[in-house]
Amino acid sequence: MSPVSRGFHRRRQESAENAGRVPPGQYVTKDFPVLSAGPTPHTPLDRWSFSVGRPGRQKSWSWEEFRALPSEDVTVDIHCVTKWSKLDTAWHGVSVDTLLDLAGHDGPFAMAHCDGGYTTNVPVADLTGGKAWVAYAYDGQPLAPEHGGPARLLVPHLYFWKSAKWVRSLELKDTNDPGFWENYGYHIYGDPWREQRYAGD
Amino acid sequence: MAGTALRGRLSPRPLLWQVAKVSAVAVETASVATITLDVPDWPGHQAGQHVDIRLTDDDGYMAERSYSIASAPGEPVALTVERIDDGEVSPYLTDELRVGDDLELRGPIGGYFVWEPADGGPLLLAAGGSGVVPLRSILRHRERTGSDVAVRLLYSSRTLDDVIYSGELDHPAAGVEVIHTLTRHQPPGWTGYARRVDAALLAEVAWPAGAMPLAYICGPTTFVEAVSQALVQSGYPPQRVKTERFGGTGGS
Repeated sequence: MSPVSRGFHRRRQESAENAGRVPPGQYVTKDFPVLSAGPTPHTPLDRWSFSVGRPGRQKSWSWEEFRALPSEDVTVDIHCVTKWSKLDTAWHGVSVDTLLDLAGHDGPFAMAHCDGGYTTNVPVADLTGGKAWVAYAYDGQPLAPEHGGPARLLVPHLYFWKSAKWVRSLELKDTNDPGFWENYGYHIYGDPWREQRYAGD
Repeated sequence: MAGTALRGRLSPRPLLWQVAKVSAVAVETASVATITLDVPDWPGHQAGQHVDIRLTDDDGYMAERSYSIASAPGEPVALTVERIDDGEVSPYLTDELRVGDDLELRGPIGGYFVWEPADGGPLLLAAGGSGVVPLRSILRHRERTGSDVAVRLLYSSRTLDDVIYSGELDHPAAGVEVIHTLTRHQPPGWTGYARRVDAALLAEVAWPAGAMPLAYICGPTTFVEAVSQALVQSGYPPQRVKTERFGGTGGS
């Protein structure tokens, strides 16, 4: 039972419409804060590629090929483990279903690998069924580098560190090994509705 | 990276909420205060880590935020908080909280933006505004451990009155250089830098890449982006440029 904080009064009131959309411990922001570990990489598009599969058996696309894949508009709420949520964010990208259909399903877990060395682990079941995308546009504009451009993973039903910026491959594997933040004590799965911020939550 | 990750790894035990007691509140600037806490079951922290705090009102409404730890490992946990005027939590922490009050927290959190003497240097610490807070923990840790790693702290503030920890930073430990830049207003006779940090300023202030420096940059996104890009372009390996960016501008 949490003690009442003497003299603390609520200042934020979510609208009734938003009330069911904000997970515990989160607050709604209209900004789009930037949180990343390390400098923003700037990979030229002619050297960019995206791969899916087991090491050595990967399907790979150039930027031009990737942009030619079937893509869709997605409007979703996103939730960062640092407590902000942003509602109705508008993205455009390729569904991970499409990528896995082309590459072939192979393995229950995925590790996203990114420019700059960032990694994060996600069960494949959380990337399929219309739940995840590789997004390259935000709000009708090419995705800015500080927000993960040229392309980032978008897995909005998990905390946003799972939506890896500057993503370059999805490695399919048999084991659910921790990625970058997961190795530093962040939750292996990261469901915001169960407030799975840190290991043990 | 694997070795670093293991070292920085949090203890496997769950990070439980616990009730700390405020033991001191110190005014740093017109909008910044340092809150020192007596945490009954504190497992210890590394320089650069943060905590989550949680406030609860009469109706059971809760608000959570993250704050960097300002104190060194081994010192009582201290948080330095900047008031965001339209925020929900920071005005309470800077203006309302008093000695003897309870404050719920859990931590420490994070293991990437941390420094230990064994990590070596030379260190380039770059702070924008209250981004100086985790860097101050690193400075104090260096001093308390007797490390002789050479340090340059480049600290960007709007005005001289906005400089946090000015008393300490005016008298740095041996081997620590503090370089200020004041971006909005400079007092009469100011001889320091008077502009936002750019590549030319860094070329004068930062360790050359050949010295194999280790950089820690903390501040608003625009500051962190500018400094980290300039350092990488000057030859710093990206993996030796650690960054911590503030979250929203109006959120805390």
